[in-house]
Amino acid sequence: MAELTLRVNGSEKKVSVPPETPLLWVLRDTLELTGTKFGCGAGLCGACTVHVEGMAIRSCSTPISQVAGKSITTIEGLGANGLHVLQQAWIAEEVPQCGYCQTGQIMTAAALLAKIPNPSDEQITQAMNGNLCRCGTYERIRKAIHRAANGGVAAAGGAR
Amino acid sequence: MSPLSRREFVAAGVAAGAGLVVGFYLPHGGKTGKGIFSPNAYVRITPDDKITIVVARSEMGQGVRTALPMILAEELEADWKRIEIEQAGASTLYGDQTTGGSASVRTTWDPMRKAGAAAREMLISAAALTWGVGRAGCTAQEGAVVHAASKRRLSYGELVAKAATLPIPSDVPLKQTKDYKIVGQRLARVDTPSKVKGEAVFGIDFRMPGMKYGVLSRCPTIGGKVLGFDDKESRKISGVTFVGKISDAAVAVVADSVWGAMEGRRVLTVNWDDGPNKDLNTAAVMESLKQSAAKKSVSLYSVGDVSKVAGRRVSAEYQLPFMAHAPMEPGNCTAHYQGSGCELWAPTQVPQDCRDAVAQAVGLDPDQVKVNVTLMGGGFGRRLEHDYAVEAALVSKASQAPVKVMWTREDDMRFSTYRPASLHQLSAVLDGAGWPVAFTHRIVAPSISGQKGQPGPNGIDPDLPDEAAFVYGLPNVSLEYVLAETPVPLGWMRSVYALQAGFASESFIDELAAAAGKDPLEYRLHMLAKDKDKDQDIQYFTTTWHTARMRGVLQLAAEKAGWGKALPAGRFRGIACFGCFSSYMAEVVEISMENEAPRVHRVVAAVDCGQLVNPGIVEQQIPGGIVYGLSNALRAKITIEKGRVVQGNFDDYAPLRMDEVPTVEVYAVPSTEAPTGIGEPSVPPLAPALCNAIYAATKKRIRALPILG
Repeated sequence: MAELTLRVNGSEKKVSVPPETPLLWVLRDTLELTGTKFGCGAGLCGACTVHVEGMAIRSCSTPISQVAGKSITTIEGLGANGLHVLQQAWIAEEVPQCGYCQTGQIMTAAALLAKIPNPSDEQITQAMNGNLCRCGTYERIRKAIHRAANGGVAAAGGAR
Repeated sequence: MSPLSRREFVAAGVAAGAGLVVGFYLPHGGKTGKGIFSPNAYVRITPDDKITIVVARSEMGQGVRTALPMILAEELEADWKRIEIEQAGASTLYGDQTTGGSASVRTTWDPMRKAGAAAREMLISAAALTWGVGRAGCTAQEGAVVHAASKRRLSYGELVAKAATLPIPSDVPLKQTKDYKIVGQRLARVDTPSKVKGEAVFGIDFRMPGMKYGVLSRCPTIGGKVLGFDDKESRKISGVTFVGKISDAAVAVVADSVWGAMEGRRVLTVNWDDGPNKDLNTAAVMESLKQSAAKKSVSLYSVGDVSKVAGRRVSAEYQLPFMAHAPMEPGNCTAHYQGSGCELWAPTQVPQDCRDAVAQAVGLDPDQVKVNVTLMGGGFGRRLEHDYAVEAALVSKASQAPVKVMWTREDDMRFSTYRPASLHQLSAVLDGAGWPVAFTHRIVAPSISGQKGQPGPNGIDPDLPDEAAFVYGLPNVSLEYVLAETPVPLGWMRSVYALQAGFASESFIDELAAAAGKDPLEYRLHMLAKDKDKDQDIQYFTTTWHTARMRGVLQLAAEKAGWGKALPAGRFRGIACFGCFSSYMAEVVEISMENEAPRVHRVVAAVDCGQLVNPGIVEQQIPGGIVYGLSNALRAKITIEKGRVVQGNFDDYAPLRMDEVPTVEVYAVPSTEAPTGIGEPSVPPLAPALCNAIYAATKKRIRALPILG
C-alpha cells in the first residue's frame, strides 16, 4: 500500500492503494469519477484518456505512483465553468451513439486543441487515431473538433 | 432475433392515486405459449403536468430512449420538452423486452401510438365533461385540451384526476402522417448531454454500498472444465476477499477493488480439463462446413424450379469467418443476492432472459429476481446473452456480498459468442442475353438459436426469415439452408445472417453481371423489374418484399453517387443492395487501391425504412452500421487454435480507426409506410459493395472475408 496525494480536477485527494494500481481504477473506484472508461486495459482504445499536466495519457496503463503530485484532469473537470467548448460541439453535432468512448475522445481532442487551436484534418486524424469507437462516430468527431476550433460554428463545407 | 407478431388492444388500467396511467394487455411473448395476458403501462401523467414515458427496450446507442417516447408523445399531443423518460427493468408488463433484430421501433410503433392516443382521447373526454361541452369542439395540443369556441384551456395535469375515472377506449383514432409534429422531426437525443459530461451511468459505472469486484478465470478451451485450483498466491493480494469455483468452467476472484481482483486472478493457478475440443482449429471448422454442404438442405424460399432451367451456368462459393461483437464496454453486471431475492444492475439487451436465467442458476423464482437495466456501451448483439448476469449472481451468492463482475477486453474477445462462420454455394443460369433466369443460394451455417436449444421449425433458425431474403423477381429461385454443427459458442451479431447472406448473394450477382458483360446497376435494376408494370411482391416467410422499393433505394444511391459518371483516375465504385429487418438498403462504395489493399473514400447509402421516426437517429445508425460493416469486411476474424480463441484485444482484432473511415452520405426514401428496422440494415451491403469495387479495380473477386486475410 502507498499513501499518495493526487491533484485531480483542481483538488487534492489522498488515496491508499498499491502503488502499481493503474490510475484508471483509482479514478473510477476510489474517487468515484466514472466518466473515465475502461475499454482494453492495454492502451489500445483510448476510452480511459485523461490529462496529466495537460498531456493526454492512457490511465489504464499508468501506475498511480507515476502521477502522484501531478495535475490530473478528467472529463468531470474538463469544463471548469460549465461545458467545455468541445462538449458543446459534441452536443451540437450529436456525436454520441452508445457514448461509452466519447469521454475519452473528448479528452484526447481537448489536448489536441490546447496544442493546436485550429487543427487540419490530418492533424485531427493523427491525434484521434488511438481512440476507438465501435458505433462508428468518427466523422462526427472530426466535425465536432472543427466546430469547437471554429468558435462553436459548424466548419464550412465539412471536413476532408 | 425475430420480432414476434403480436396483437394488442387497449383494455384497461386505471391509476392508483392521482395520476393517469394508460395500460395495455398484451399477449405474453410466447415462451409459455399459453397466451397469458399481462397489463402493460407506458405512460404516467401527474397533476404537476409531468409526463413520464416508460421505455421497455434497452438503450445501447441506437436511440430508443428518444425514438420510442417520440412515438407515444406524438399521439398524446404532448409537449416534448416536458417529457421525462423512465427505463423499465425486467417486467411482466411489457411483452417481450428483447432489444434486438432492429425491432424496437417497428414492434412498438402500434402499441406506443395506441397508448398515447388512448390517453389523449381520455383527456379530451375529461375536459369535455368538465366544461359540459361536446368532445367534438375540444382538441388536444401541446399538453393541454383546448375548447376553441370558448377559448378555454386545461392542462393535462389539471385533467388527470377526471381522466383517471373514465373507461379506457377500446378503439382509438390514430393521427394521420400529415399531422405529425414530433414523429419525423430531427429532435436531439435525450441521452447526449449526460454522455458528453461523463455523467451517464453505464453498467460498469453502477456502484452500491459494500460492493465488491469480481473477475473470473474461465477455461480457455471451449467446453473445458475446472479440475482444481490453488489460490494461495491470490489470497496474498491486498483486498482479495473470496476465491472459489462458481461453475464447471470458472473460478471467481473477488476483491475490494477491480485491480485487486485482476491481480488475484493473475496469480491464480487453475488446472483445466481441456475437454473434447482441445484439438479444434479454424481449418477443421471450415472443413466441417464443407462436409456439411453435402447434407440435405431445407428450403427457405422457392419459386419456379431451378433444376429445370437450361442455359449458361455460373457458380461460386463464398465463405465468412467467426467474428466478435467487441462493444466498447466490456461485459459486466452487478448482482446482490440476499437469500430470498437477487437484484441485478445489468447492461443487457435481454432483461427478462437475465431474470429467468439468474433465477434458475441461484435457485429462486423469477419473481424473486429484480433486473434493473443500465445504459450499455454498445451491444451489437453481445448483450443478447445472459452469461454476465448469471456469473454476477453466482459470485454474489458464493461470496455473500453485492458484486460487480467485470470482464476484461481479453475476456470479452475470448469468451464471446461468435457470429457463425458460414459457407455459401451459389449458382445461376443465364439466358442468351445474359440475364439470370434461375438463382440458387445454399447457406451452410451453424444455427445460433439451434445451439441455444431453440432450433425453430424444420431446423430453420428463427432469425433467417428476417435476414436472408432475396428481393429480386426472378422466375426460378431457390434459397436453401443446410444446418452445420460447431462447438464454437455462437451469438447474434449486428445484422446476424444478413451479413453472410448479403455478402454472398450480392457479390455473386456482381459476378453474374460481369459474366454477362453488363453494368452491375443495370443488371440489378433489370432483376428488380425496372418496367413498373412488372413490379413484384415477394412473400418471404411473414414479410412481403416489394421489388419497387428495392429499386427505389438502388436508384437513389446510384444517382447520388453519380453511378455511371467518370471517376478520377484510380478511383473505382461498387454497388450492392439488400433487404433485411423489413428495410431496403443500397450502398455505393468508392475506393482506390493502395498497396493491394482497398482504401474506402466514400459510401453513399440509400434506405427505405418507412416513416422516419427521428431522421437524426437514422443518420447516426446508417453510418454506424457502415463503419461496423467495413471493420467486419476488412479485418474481423476470430480464429481457433487448440480449442482456444486466438485473438485477445484491439491489436489482433482491430476495428476501424479514424484514418480508415470514409465519408458516408445517407439518403432516405420519403415514406409514410410503418417504420422498419434501422439498426442493422446498413451492415450487409457494405462488404459486397466494397468487394465489387475491388473487382472493378483489380478484376479479382474476393470470395472470403476478411478482405485483408
